[in-house]
Amino acid sequence: MNRTAIMLGVLLGTIALLISPLSLPASLGSDSASVEADRGKMEGTLQITSNDSYAVHQIQTSTGVAVKEFVSPAGKVFAVAWQGPFHPDLHQLLGAYYDRYVQAVQAQRTKRRGHGPMVIQQPGLIVQISGHSRSFWGRAYVPEMMPAGVHVEELR
Amino acid sequence: MRRVRFRDSLLIFIAAAFLATAGCGGGGSSASATTPTPPTNPGGSPTPNVQAITVNTGPAAGPPTNAPYVDGAFTSVTLCVPGTTTCQTIDGILVDTGSSGLRVLSSALTLSLPQQADSSGDPIVECLPFLDSVTWGPVQTADLTMAGEHAKSLPIQVIGTSSFPAIPSACKNLGPPEEDLSGLATNGILGIGNFAQDCGAACTVTGSSNPGLYYKCPSSGCEVTTESISSQVQNPVALFATDNNGVLIQFPAVSGAEPSVTGSLIFGIGTQSNNGLGGATVYAADPNTGNFTTVFKGVTYQDDAFLDTGSNGFYFLDSSITGIPTCTNFTFWYCPANTLNLSAVNQGTNGAMGTVKFSIGNADTLTANVNDAAVSALGGPSPGLFDWGLPFFFGRSVYVAIEGRSTPGGSGPYYAY
Repeated sequence: MNRTAIMLGVLLGTIALLISPLSLPASLGSDSASVEADRGKMEGTLQITSNDSYAVHQIQTSTGVAVKEFVSPAGKVFAVAWQGPFHPDLHQLLGAYYDRYVQAVQAQRTKRRGHGPMVIQQPGLIVQISGHSRSFWGRAYVPEMMPAGVHVEELR
Repeated sequence: MRRVRFRDSLLIFIAAAFLATAGCGGGGSSASATTPTPPTNPGGSPTPNVQAITVNTGPAAGPPTNAPYVDGAFTSVTLCVPGTTTCQTIDGILVDTGSSGLRVLSSALTLSLPQQADSSGDPIVECLPFLDSVTWGPVQTADLTMAGEHAKSLPIQVIGTSSFPAIPSACKNLGPPEEDLSGLATNGILGIGNFAQDCGAACTVTGSSNPGLYYKCPSSGCEVTTESISSQVQNPVALFATDNNGVLIQFPAVSGAEPSVTGSLIFGIGTQSNNGLGGATVYAADPNTGNFTTVFKGVTYQDDAFLDTGSNGFYFLDSSITGIPTCTNFTFWYCPANTLNLSAVNQGTNGAMGTVKFSIGNADTLTANVNDAAVSALGGPSPGLFDWGLPFFFGRSVYVAIEGRSTPGGSGPYYAY
């Protein structure tokens, strides 16, 4: 993909928004409007950038976590990613997928024989979390909802 | 956070050029498997500072849990009711340089320890997020002893008590709680990482920037509260009277898969004759994250790499980039057809740089015998951070310096090896 074009798109598409919190359902798999509910709950600031394939709604939470929600042209949040000293509210961010995530983590525990980065790989849900105290990184996405031509590596 | 590929290539080129010429800050020590000299306590040393640590299948192996650990380092701690000789030694405690503070399962604790309370007398309970889970439980106080070192009135977390059964939803929203031996696979976690406390300044402030790790829990229910630095769950090493600037971890090399291996957790850096830095290279870490930089296969983990005895393998990238397939059943481990010999370049925030050689074997084969607890070439995917887990420590002497503490190699936080 042409990085110059993306960078240009990012520059041109940068809009800073500060909107009062709304109460809307969230998030992964939901409409882009749910991003605002996430922002409200995380008490963060929202910045939107976009390229040809998707828009990135970036929330900087009040606890210093950078959260990104990737929104397809169809207006759906197909991926979320975060990095920072703590986890964001994952129930809010993963929305309807949170319970599946928790079940998958619990199912993996005994198989795992120890602790290490989490990789949940299911049809319709990928979750990857790594890090340690004061430095966490995570990503969750729904492969079936990814716009054509988007590489997973971009989702961070 | 990671740089784009073009930038990576440039960085690698620069790194290679540096290594080829000046050998920036310590040079490209490949640090291949050499067995460190066994530590000794020289006669007349002021404080015995060597604690045995063992890689074995851990306390969850066997009934009823039967989840034998692989690549976990365990030790024991002695806890006493503060100011008394009422004490208990708990074994099967996981040694973790990826966290700070001691956490103990209530099922392993027979002592009745004093509960920490705030100025209103409300009990303090903690929700500590790990990667994929949280630990929930009260903050209590104990006198801790390891080797000849003592941490008096140490705030610790007790996990899985019946006292505070209602986990606040804000805590459960960070991941599923680990409350017992079957979930945690250890009797406790001894966090001896780069940080002196588990939270730090963020938990001392009121309002939305408080990450919500500490709760006050009167009978009416729990709510997030502030917690002073000194009241937070502390890295015990930071509270020792001496040898309190960090630790040195030594393990002999491991060949393939072995039932167990015993190493040493030595307290202090450059404080006694057995914990000098010697020829080790200091890799300074970011004071906020505890991370340094690793460059591997054209990808730069900029300020996104760390050494962690609490992770049970080498974890990096994923199959789409490495080309290494994950195992069919164990999707969190790599399963290459043949053992792969790899190398990466680590770089400290101080500019120190060095090459690390490591191997990734077939996890199905390496872990086939569940009695083999020490495995040298275990690895798996981690597209976020580069996680140099316990196998990195085999055959090495690795120093972990605590933030703000001075050592002969400079102030922490840093790693050295």
